[in-house]
Amino acid sequence: MVRADPQSDSFEELAMPLFDQLYNFAHWLTQNREEAEDLVQETYIKALRGFSSFQMGTNFRAWIYRILRNTFLTSRTGLRATSTVPLDQEEDAPELAVENETPETILLTRSSSQLIQNAIDGLPVHYREALLLCEVEEMSYQEIAETLSIPVGTVMSRLSRARRSLRQQLGRTLKPQEETSAAEAERGRDYGL
Amino acid sequence: MVCESWKAQLDKYLDGELSPDEVRAFDAHVRSCSACSTDALSRVQVKRAIHVAGKRFTPSAEFRRRVHGSITAKPKRTLRLGWMFAVASMAVLAIAAFLFTYVGGRSGREQVYSEIADLHVATLASSAPVDVVSTDRHTVKPWFQGKIPFSFDLPELQNSGFVLLGGRMAYVEQTPGAQLIYDIRKHHISVFVFQERSLPTRLQGNSRSSKELSFNLETWSQSGLRYFVIGDANAADIDSLAKLFKAE
Repeated sequence: MVRADPQSDSFEELAMPLFDQLYNFAHWLTQNREEAEDLVQETYIKALRGFSSFQMGTNFRAWIYRILRNTFLTSRTGLRATSTVPLDQEEDAPELAVENETPETILLTRSSSQLIQNAIDGLPVHYREALLLCEVEEMSYQEIAETLSIPVGTVMSRLSRARRSLRQQLGRTLKPQEETSAAEAERGRDYGL
Repeated sequence: MVCESWKAQLDKYLDGELSPDEVRAFDAHVRSCSACSTDALSRVQVKRAIHVAGKRFTPSAEFRRRVHGSITAKPKRTLRLGWMFAVASMAVLAIAAFLFTYVGGRSGREQVYSEIADLHVATLASSAPVDVVSTDRHTVKPWFQGKIPFSFDLPELQNSGFVLLGGRMAYVEQTPGAQLIYDIRKHHISVFVFQERSLPTRLQGNSRSSKELSFNLETWSQSGLRYFVIGDANAADIDSLAKLFKAE
């Protein structure tokens, strides 16, 4: 096939290495394989079309993630997901200390990724995306702020709330398991085991 | 609480967002404070777990190829799905060629060919190009039972280079028929089969190849059935596939 111009070559070099990550992020946002594929496809087409406006030397990753995320927000699924997230008046408030409730250690020693994935799935989309960009994509707060078009302070508060919410969800998931284990141990004692 | 201010900074510390001076101060504190070190450890564990669990979804190789193709082959396209646009533009060319070549009025025959070309393009542009997905002719053929008022045979493809991708229902001039999609060297070819007597338009000639169109098309009549083989593959491939069907 004939390449149209060198621009598409440099776009390809920058964009294709991010393909797996973008797809993973898209799937987390849409929670659906087909919609994730549509979202990624549309992102690449839009990004290529707008590539002439991208300033070489600036952060391409944040740029293309922003396109994906904005495309998601204007999609039917995105509109539905964001319309169900209540505005958090405290979002820009100073970060609060997180209570030292740590079901994590117990959790991490005996559970699978499935529990964590379910907990991430259960997060509101604004928290989910901030958490994934930080923990999975390992973006800096500044990069996340650029990608999500929000101030760094908001990134910090969303991360803090996402983590707290995740802890709480994991705690709730664990509690029945712990109770079951305790009950089993109790029964064991009763039977002299 | 003495540690309150430290804990408020704990996530920033673990996310690598503190300045070098702040990190040094934090390091010193964490070493001397068991509560903060325990908290830090548990948060690190959660971070690692999320990092692993978050890498959950992997795109298929086919999807990667599709996107890659759309950004390398047709970079200037403005439609949502570049590859669909590529196929659609071929349709326009095909239709334009029909109009140009046969200016002065389209005969019924050209109209049928045009419909066949449209059907082929629409199939390729569809997100679900086939209703029965199978490379096995013994799966595809029975799928049509009860859906079309005739039966037909599918050829053995071994060593031919053709791969059966699947089939779907097709309608030309309100007549139901079968559409089979084959692949050869990444070119998709449609084979349409209709009952000859059901088609309102009588197509003359037992066999006809058309090379002047953007698509290569071959059509013939056999055992009361009208076959059309169409695709952007070269004429030799179209002819080879047609011969396989004719041999049945």
